[in-house]
Amino acid sequence: MLQVKPSLCNYCGACVGSCPVNCMFLDETIVRIEEDKCIKCGFCIRCCPVGAIDADWWSE
Amino acid sequence: MKKYEYDVLVIGAGPGGSMAARFAARHGLKVLLIEKRPEIGVPVRCAEGISEAWMKKVEIDPSDRWIDTRMEGAKIYSPDERSVIELSAEQAGNEVGFVLNREYFDKYLASLAIKEGADIWLKSPAVDIIKEDGYVKGAIVRKFGERVEVRAKIVIAADGFESQVARWAGLNTVLRERDIVSCIQYRMTNIDIEENFTHFFIGSCAPGGYVWIFPKGEKEANVGIGVALNKLKSKGEVKGYLDRFIERHPYLKKGRILQIVTGAVSTCPVPKRIVDNGIMLVGDAARLIDPITGGGIANACISGKWAGEIAGKCIENPSKECFKEYEEKVKKKWERKHLRNWFVKEKLAALDDDTLNKLMEVISEENIKEISVRAILEAVQKKYPELIEEFEELL
Repeated sequence: MLQVKPSLCNYCGACVGSCPVNCMFLDETIVRIEEDKCIKCGFCIRCCPVGAIDADWWSE
Repeated sequence: MKKYEYDVLVIGAGPGGSMAARFAARHGLKVLLIEKRPEIGVPVRCAEGISEAWMKKVEIDPSDRWIDTRMEGAKIYSPDERSVIELSAEQAGNEVGFVLNREYFDKYLASLAIKEGADIWLKSPAVDIIKEDGYVKGAIVRKFGERVEVRAKIVIAADGFESQVARWAGLNTVLRERDIVSCIQYRMTNIDIEENFTHFFIGSCAPGGYVWIFPKGEKEANVGIGVALNKLKSKGEVKGYLDRFIERHPYLKKGRILQIVTGAVSTCPVPKRIVDNGIMLVGDAARLIDPITGGGIANACISGKWAGEIAGKCIENPSKECFKEYEEKVKKKWERKHLRNWFVKEKLAALDDDTLNKLMEVISEENIKEISVRAILEAVQKKYPELIEEFEELL
């Protein structure tokens, strides 16, 4: 599952714009994720400038 | 659900959206501009460097209220920082001229739209679009916490890099990994920099992008970095690149951070389609960013103005055929340029530090007066003909 850490997130939308399947939505200060659309490409995780996004399937 | 009706709904009150709203309203249309954030221009998502030449054409009068510093030119540093190429403001194109205060600049542009008669709602994100009979006909908006329906003959999507409205409407603005640049910037104070120049650092300090220092006044500057996504392997790596750059430069290291800005930009060619029935895309949402510089404010303002004007022409027939005029104008202005700059970007991103050092040594020593691709290549060819083989296609 994708998770956004609110303590790090700057709600800039970098993750949203990088998502190739449009499964993320920046709802003012909260990033909402449609998990069933996610293809686990990891773009959002690497694109987040501050490393606020993580997932249990992600490994570096 | 409450219903509202407008001629034009503009989603996003950044520079592109405000300009679109302004010019649509001037054409006598009933315009609503919506912004999800509680304040226009905040939080800043930008390095704030800009040129002046284009402003007249879109009727923006430079004002000290939103200009922080005026620049003499730009300096580009080789990876080893032994060679510096200095560009005057005219040569450097988009990114020098002045350094903006976006918090005021964006508010100024929104106020221009309001003065022309546009309505504006803050804290009002679009959460979905309304599409009927193959036409975009408005959006579902959460207006200060309440879901409402906004019906409009034309929707102008100015929702920035996220470009979500376009994708809801079925327009393909999906980016490839190589065409996404992840950015972080610190507003730093108590640093020692040359304050009349913008500074750019290229090479392995910022793979596929660059480090910038844009002065914001005495001992203060925006110090930022963009790195191409295909060069990023791990979580939060961009911040690490910037922190290491600052660590290596004592004149920055002595400073402290007043603000952290994050975001991303696209560095792709112009998309095939930026209009559909009932919808036009402007600015970053239309991916109108220069692939070399990452600059997008001027393009957002110009495309916003055009979309607003074409909305006036097409209000009785908001079809993609009618909006074609807008798409063609955009393509005429940027398609070739962005394709060429995208190609140069790809070539530059493939060069190692050693090659870049050699290239920049020649360029800075030759004292090339006119900075053009051809002039640079010819100068390099004299000293390192083997380096030019890679670039022959550009001659």
